[in-house]
Amino acid sequence: MSDPQLKPVGLPAPEALALLRDMVRIRRFEERCADLYGQQKIRGFLHLYIGEEAVAVGALHALGPGDNIVATYREHGHALVRGVSPGAIMAEMYGKQEGCSRGRGGSMHLFDAKTRLFGGNAIVGGGLPLAVGLALAEQMQGGSRVTAVFFGEGAVAEGAFHESMNLAALWKLPVVFCCENNFYAMGTAIERSESQTDLCAKAASYNMKTLRADGMDVIATQAAMRDAVAQVRSGAGPVFVEFQTYRYRAHSMFDPDLYRDKAEVERWKTRGPIHNLSNRMKAEGSLTEEAFLAIDAEAIKEVDAAVAFAEAGTWEPVEHLAHHLYTVNRAETAR
Amino acid sequence: MKITYREALRQAMHEALAADPRVFLMGEDVGRYGGSYAVWKGFLAEFGPERIRDAPLSELGFVGTAIGAALGGMRPIVEIMTVNFSLLALDQIVNTAAVYRHMSGGQFSVPVVVRMATGGGRQLAAQHSHSLENWYAHVPGLTVLAPATVDDARGMLRAALADPDPVVIFEHAMLYPMEGELSPDWEKADLRTAKILRAGRDVTLIAYGGTVCKAQEAALQLAAEGIEAEVLDLRVLRPLDDATIMASVGRTRRAVIVDEGWRTGSLAGEIMARIMEQAFYELDAPVARVCSAEVPIPYAKHMEEAALPQAPAVVAAVRQLLAKV
Repeated sequence: MSDPQLKPVGLPAPEALALLRDMVRIRRFEERCADLYGQQKIRGFLHLYIGEEAVAVGALHALGPGDNIVATYREHGHALVRGVSPGAIMAEMYGKQEGCSRGRGGSMHLFDAKTRLFGGNAIVGGGLPLAVGLALAEQMQGGSRVTAVFFGEGAVAEGAFHESMNLAALWKLPVVFCCENNFYAMGTAIERSESQTDLCAKAASYNMKTLRADGMDVIATQAAMRDAVAQVRSGAGPVFVEFQTYRYRAHSMFDPDLYRDKAEVERWKTRGPIHNLSNRMKAEGSLTEEAFLAIDAEAIKEVDAAVAFAEAGTWEPVEHLAHHLYTVNRAETAR
Repeated sequence: MKITYREALRQAMHEALAADPRVFLMGEDVGRYGGSYAVWKGFLAEFGPERIRDAPLSELGFVGTAIGAALGGMRPIVEIMTVNFSLLALDQIVNTAAVYRHMSGGQFSVPVVVRMATGGGRQLAAQHSHSLENWYAHVPGLTVLAPATVDDARGMLRAALADPDPVVIFEHAMLYPMEGELSPDWEKADLRTAKILRAGRDVTLIAYGGTVCKAQEAALQLAAEGIEAEVLDLRVLRPLDDATIMASVGRTRRAVIVDEGWRTGSLAGEIMARIMEQAFYELDAPVARVCSAEVPIPYAKHMEEAALPQAPAVVAAVRQLLAKV
């Protein structure tokens, strides 16, 4: 019996299950990251995506394997969904040389050439010009790759955002600008940092098509991203997509989270992306509680294996400090 | 064959564009205008707007775009009108281009070439005249070049494009009209070595970019007094060629560094430190330096001349070193 209150899923069950599975994978992975941070296995900055999973999952499920991804420092989810090995991601957080960036990057700088993940960029807005360049290279080489660049609404205040939007629209480059609007740039609410809080209006001023999606609904995020990718791949130029979402955890592990009303956080939690989809699937009969628990158990098993891989990982010898600074490793690099 | 520095740059760029379809030039007014130093006249017609790509005034945006294009398989040459404007793009050069390979554990090289004009001497005042090469030479992951001769203007671009990592090239704005003899050696231009332009036994004048001709001018004056100065053109500001520097200083036992940067935190200071570390016991006198006065470069001609290192100051510094013996 379907509940008339719930929106129909509108996807074949296997596709919806794949989306659900990836959201649960991210959730379980990051919950463990938070624990491991408490145990001091993971150090440095750790930015959790919990609450925002529907954005990366929906968006990345709308892209092809040849497409380019440029992400932010809150990118564990993007790397997982993209197919980077969970063990290599966890080892990276541990700082082990088996990590996906050999332990050079940590949580904020997950890279993977195989899946065309061009980083975890920790300069707010820093990934946007890079994405424009990847798209320019694609256009000049006559290829059909799309570049998807993720950034928070905080980046919209950066000059890099405006310069990149202008260049991409001016040259009709194949970029999807994926704005993950979680309404807070660290502790600064969007109303306190933007004169125009309608981000699509801002983007539209660059003569660019814009879309807005409910970032708590993975069906909606995927649908919006599919529209955007289709337009971009057709050669019609870039598209800006605003995903309205919310992070349930603090900005980073250092953040006491004093700038948000607890009631606001609780209100958003009632819209949780995992339950949003699982409830709809259950109502339509395409998911049982047992099946959901099996997905969850599988995700936990994957995290266990990732942690075991990271624990078994090794430390890069300090003699390798200057390796990979230049392509041709030269003796003088240390000078 | 005598050619101008500008013509040498043109030949180098023409060769690069003709040789490799991945190479393209991007920057402000490189196309229809013909290059802000009139270096690229005719290129737009020959290579088209895709490859001679006029960019809006978005230094951060288009330099970052060039970096991304390099990651995407192209070989971009990005031009910034002056080093002063490059500060708007510093984030992309320092936080992206220079770190991407190391931070990704060796997965992503950034084969981008960033060119820019630098230096004073044309009465363009404080926002168009600075010399900030040392800011870039400070950064691991970059290779920093300062072609001071027509040979290097002709040869360095090819070497820079052959390098798989980011290379920053500084062209001193006073050099564009300079004429010089193009020697067959231009093809040997590398990204590693300094070069002795004039041999001498009494003192080594270490210079780069716009100060090389001032050092040569000083060497001529000193020769008239019977003092034989060796002129060492650094050519490459990162990595510094310690071997050539120490070998020269070991022979002459005295050194004066001529650097258009401000003294505090200068490349001159770095070179002095290295000489102290590596050749202290070879020295007959403390190493000296002639740098820009620590003021923003002023407009008025006499004031600008006073602010920049000039040959008479180099001559005076050498005389003082020799007097100390």
